[in-house]
Amino acid sequence: MRPGIIKVGFLRGGLEIKQFMRQRESVVFILLFPIMLLFIFGSVFKGDLAPGVTFSQYFVAGMIASGLVNTGFQQLAIMIPIERDFGTLKRLRGTPVSPISYFIGKAILVFVAMVVQVGALMGFGAALFGLDLPSTAERWLRFGWLILLGSICATILGIAFSAVPKNGRGASAVVSPIVIILQFFSGVFFVFTTLPQWMQQFAALFPLKWLTQGMRSVFLPESFAAEEVAKSWEIPQIAIVLLIWTVVGTLLALRTFRWSDK
Amino acid sequence: MANELAISVSGLRKTYTSKANGPKDAVAGIDLEVSRGEIFAILGPNGAGKTTTVEILEGYRDRDGGEVKVLGQDPAKLGRDSWAWRNRIGIVLQSTNDAQDLSVSEIVKHFANYYSNPRDPESVIRDVGLDEKKNARIDTLSGGQRRRLDVALGIIGNPEILFLDEPTTGFDPEARRAFWDLIRNLRDEGTTILLTTHYLDEAEALADRVAVIVNGKIVEISTPENLGGRNTAKARISWLENGQRQEIESDFPAAEVTKLVAKFGGEVPELTLIRPSLEDIYLKMIGQP
Repeated sequence: MRPGIIKVGFLRGGLEIKQFMRQRESVVFILLFPIMLLFIFGSVFKGDLAPGVTFSQYFVAGMIASGLVNTGFQQLAIMIPIERDFGTLKRLRGTPVSPISYFIGKAILVFVAMVVQVGALMGFGAALFGLDLPSTAERWLRFGWLILLGSICATILGIAFSAVPKNGRGASAVVSPIVIILQFFSGVFFVFTTLPQWMQQFAALFPLKWLTQGMRSVFLPESFAAEEVAKSWEIPQIAIVLLIWTVVGTLLALRTFRWSDK
Repeated sequence: MANELAISVSGLRKTYTSKANGPKDAVAGIDLEVSRGEIFAILGPNGAGKTTTVEILEGYRDRDGGEVKVLGQDPAKLGRDSWAWRNRIGIVLQSTNDAQDLSVSEIVKHFANYYSNPRDPESVIRDVGLDEKKNARIDTLSGGQRRRLDVALGIIGNPEILFLDEPTTGFDPEARRAFWDLIRNLRDEGTTILLTTHYLDEAEALADRVAVIVNGKIVEISTPENLGGRNTAKARISWLENGQRQEIESDFPAAEVTKLVAKFGGEVPELTLIRPSLEDIYLKMIGQP
């Protein structure tokens, strides 16, 4: 009997988390970096964007969304080429493990790291910057599926993109600029509606803009929806864009994923 | 099943093309057969094509020609059932550097979950001699211990064939001997072992049969005792006569020495009698002086 693909995936997830927790630098980076950014931006931009909406409140939504991109896409697109260099993947290739189990393990790692990161960010924001936590059960529920679907989408895109860097040394230089540009274009560091229209339209092609908007729908008052480009939160569209990217990413990842450098 | 070959290879070819040198045959037509329960060594200098050959058998690389069967299946055409084939083989790659943050027992126990019929992790750790290190983090292991861990992960799935690619590179002599004992034990339990090495003494100590491979071609397949006609090779007799060193080769060295003794009426000056060592034969085969 073959050990179940999903069961092995969850076991791999547990192992990935164990390894991750033991690399102190990456834990500190994942947890403290967003808090540091919140601290810097929260201290620089004081004041309200709209009645009852502080910049910190707006910015936390963007930070959580881009946390998904950092923790999922960026981390994996850099980590997987390094794992190729170290022979981790070549060794796995020689065992009966399915690539799907490996993908599931990565998704679990990303999801757990995200939950911890978001918890730290919200705790810090609420304590020091008067961040308002989601106010209704409906918002918490939406928050939950956004984190879950966002983690899966970012994971699979990170795995798909990991085929691009030739090796681990060059991976960061290839991946990081893409992430930073997307963050600027998607309304993470600036209020989205103040960006030039071409930037907004370009950003709308990628998941980060939609994740950011979804997080605003969780953290900002309902009245702020009118301030969005479409005058609404566009929740169904957010789900559709994330699902499309997840499906496209999965197909790409299955085609391009390499266990070793050729 | 009992007589089935574990591995059969015929006419295997693999060509690499580099921009600088154009196409080069890394493997240029190899034939070999490995029976079940055998330790088979592929011996050759660095760059001879050993790793390329083994990686084709392990399913890591595709080939440009020839037929390959490992446990009755073509590693290049596994399809959906590849897991079932991988479930029956164990692979110890050349240097790996992964899972630094885990302990020996964590990784071995984890890998046991990948297989349908794994060995007991505790006893595997004991068998490879890492019992005292089982709670140590992998990044604290010495090179030899690390290699033993690689073997532990290679055999945890209870494989029918174990591939070992240059397993003892960088070992001290003591660790090497302990490692050889481990491999012999696995053979005694019925595991077929395919081993590559560039150490002659390793092939001699372990292998039932040896294939010497040079420039992608097999020069000879034989038992270590018979390699290069060593068992029947002529002996070299040399001595000093009139201030000149004389040397002859003979199938009957005792008769020659008797003649010399008669000629000199007793002691023969600086007499030596040499049978070629395995190393002499090997160096001649791979084209070294």
